Amino acid sequence: MMLPRLEQRAEAFWVARYLSPFLAAALALLCGGLLFASLGYDPLVAFHAFFIKPVSSLYGLGEVALKASPLLLCALGLAVGFRCKVWNIGAEGQFTTGAIAGGGLALAFPHGNGLWLLPAMILAGALGGMAWAAIPAFLRTRFNTSEILSSLMLSYVALLVLSYLVHGPWRDPAGFNFPQSRQFEDAALFPILFAGTRVNLSCALPFAALPAVWMLLERSFIGFQIKVAGLAPAAAAYAGFKETHLVWLSLLLGGAFAGIAGVDEVAGPIGQLLPNISPGYGFAAIIVAFLGRLHPLGILFASLLMALIYLGGESVQVSLGLPLAVAGVFQGMLLFFLLGCDVFVRYRLRFGPGAAAASSP
Amino acid sequence: MSELDLLAAVLAATLRAGTPLVLAALGELVTEKSGVLNLGVEGMMLMGAVAGFIAAAASGDLALGIAAALLAGMAMALLFGVLALTLQANQVATGLALSIFGTGLSAFLGRGYVDATLGGVTPLAIPGLAQVPLLGPVLFDQDILVYASVILLVAVHRFLARSRFGLVLRAAGESPDAAHALGYPVIRIRYCAVMFGGAMSGLAGAYLSLAYTPMWTENMSAGRGWIALALVVFATWKPLRVLLGAYIFGGVSILQLNIQGAGFAFPPDLLATLPYLATIVVLVLISRDVRRIRLNAPAALGKPFRPQT
Repeated sequence: MMLPRLEQRAEAFWVARYLSPFLAAALALLCGGLLFASLGYDPLVAFHAFFIKPVSSLYGLGEVALKASPLLLCALGLAVGFRCKVWNIGAEGQFTTGAIAGGGLALAFPHGNGLWLLPAMILAGALGGMAWAAIPAFLRTRFNTSEILSSLMLSYVALLVLSYLVHGPWRDPAGFNFPQSRQFEDAALFPILFAGTRVNLSCALPFAALPAVWMLLERSFIGFQIKVAGLAPAAAAYAGFKETHLVWLSLLLGGAFAGIAGVDEVAGPIGQLLPNISPGYGFAAIIVAFLGRLHPLGILFASLLMALIYLGGESVQVSLGLPLAVAGVFQGMLLFFLLGCDVFVRYRLRFGPGAAAASSP
Repeated sequence: MSELDLLAAVLAATLRAGTPLVLAALGELVTEKSGVLNLGVEGMMLMGAVAGFIAAAASGDLALGIAAALLAGMAMALLFGVLALTLQANQVATGLALSIFGTGLSAFLGRGYVDATLGGVTPLAIPGLAQVPLLGPVLFDQDILVYASVILLVAVHRFLARSRFGLVLRAAGESPDAAHALGYPVIRIRYCAVMFGGAMSGLAGAYLSLAYTPMWTENMSAGRGWIALALVVFATWKPLRVLLGAYIFGGVSILQLNIQGAGFAFPPDLLATLPYLATIVVLVLISRDVRRIRLNAPAALGKPFRPQT
């Protein structure tokens, strides 16, 4: 039998490392086409509705920026942790507590019209996200508790707390009993940058975060520690790098970024607090971080692609009547194909018998 | 209703609420015992729930629904196996992908069934025993999946502790190199364990959509898959303790519903956080004992294995 076998490469194959996200995207598209075809839609028409139509206007391009920016912020924070194997998967919760803290400030100062309000909200959002992320960090460093499970459980808690607030104490008295807060005042909203779009000042924030994260990861001693801790934990411990410090740093940074993203969303396109403020940005950011190879620049491109997938999902819902969940299917497939394609970074495919015995030392 | 009847009703509901957790945690326990960490339980559960509901609604046959759920869970597990076992992808990342994918795909597949209704699995009273006061209605007037979960649990316990295959499976999780050197097909064993985990998660999903609340709603597992993962740690990888942990969680969620029902003026949203907070608390209590975790966790958990030569 001529079964293909995997053979370990002597060293990582860098071409495959950078090519595999593109290959994964292409394969996800192919499978998406098959999915559309199986539902009885012409794949070309569906693709046009999914990927071309949303970005064929200035407004649409603005929507891409608007959706990419929370994804980019969350994913940048997560990437720092993922590099040293700190699996913060609770960005959704930190996003929510950030929105609660920042939004709460906006509601607390209904007549605040100073220039201080927005920066204070951003700060409050960062602190809200950090506070939520500090819990898994504390539990992991003090009690050896898996941050995967604690951060995820806290996401459910945060969503329920938000739901409680907008159903109860923070509900708009003039809102016909709908579970929503008052609309924020103009001073608590990010100003629109380009007329004709919804792009606002908050979209600039990730571009301040991006070089900062790049500096941290690629040009600082902490970044070096993170890299070593991720690749060779034993070596990191031997070198005296404190694991607890890295756990705290990754979670607090991830929490702060996700929290700011939450403020951006409620003080941007939404403009008030609602029970559902995020279409799963915190989870999609996990995919964005991996798709971007945990590298800031890669994450920038991955967040744009992911934003396009979100928009495409909304677009085919409107024009073809397909469910919004199509976007979720695409996201999952993308990560699967990426993980599958990554195999070629470390292994090569060999056909035929006997090569293993001949080539392995 | 007398006090005794009320107590029986609460306990019976506790058992039902704990059953999906028993099933999913049991499957994950076997998977982890073979050295594989599959974080995709939530996704496999949701796929099981939606596949079970669609098959049952389309055919009118609940048994067919359960079969479909088993197959859906196994198909998802196979996907995980190909990536994490054959292609050696990172198990944490692959499991997360499975959860995200399962959430999306189940919502997509179930879109036409959100308002559909179904008879649901009915209780099967065991003649004679069901009439015993208190114990009868709690233990012997449940649906067949509740009985099945307990039987499966005992079977898995016996299998892991007493059987030769169980020993080999544990060897694959403790020391895959030694198992491989002895001639056991580690990857194939891990595939079997992962597939069993998928089947059980699928069954847990089917329990939700066919018995517990016979309907389909998006994301209906509401984090139970993740709680099941925590339960495995809570049980320190011992099957019989899974039962205890699952019923404690069932109790917490039933308590929360009863407090709401009794008309206490406590916000329902905040009460609903209880199961999640309880999960964190028990995780902390168990994990703080580093030695106990190290002694009980499969030594090769989460580490990819690649046979040399």
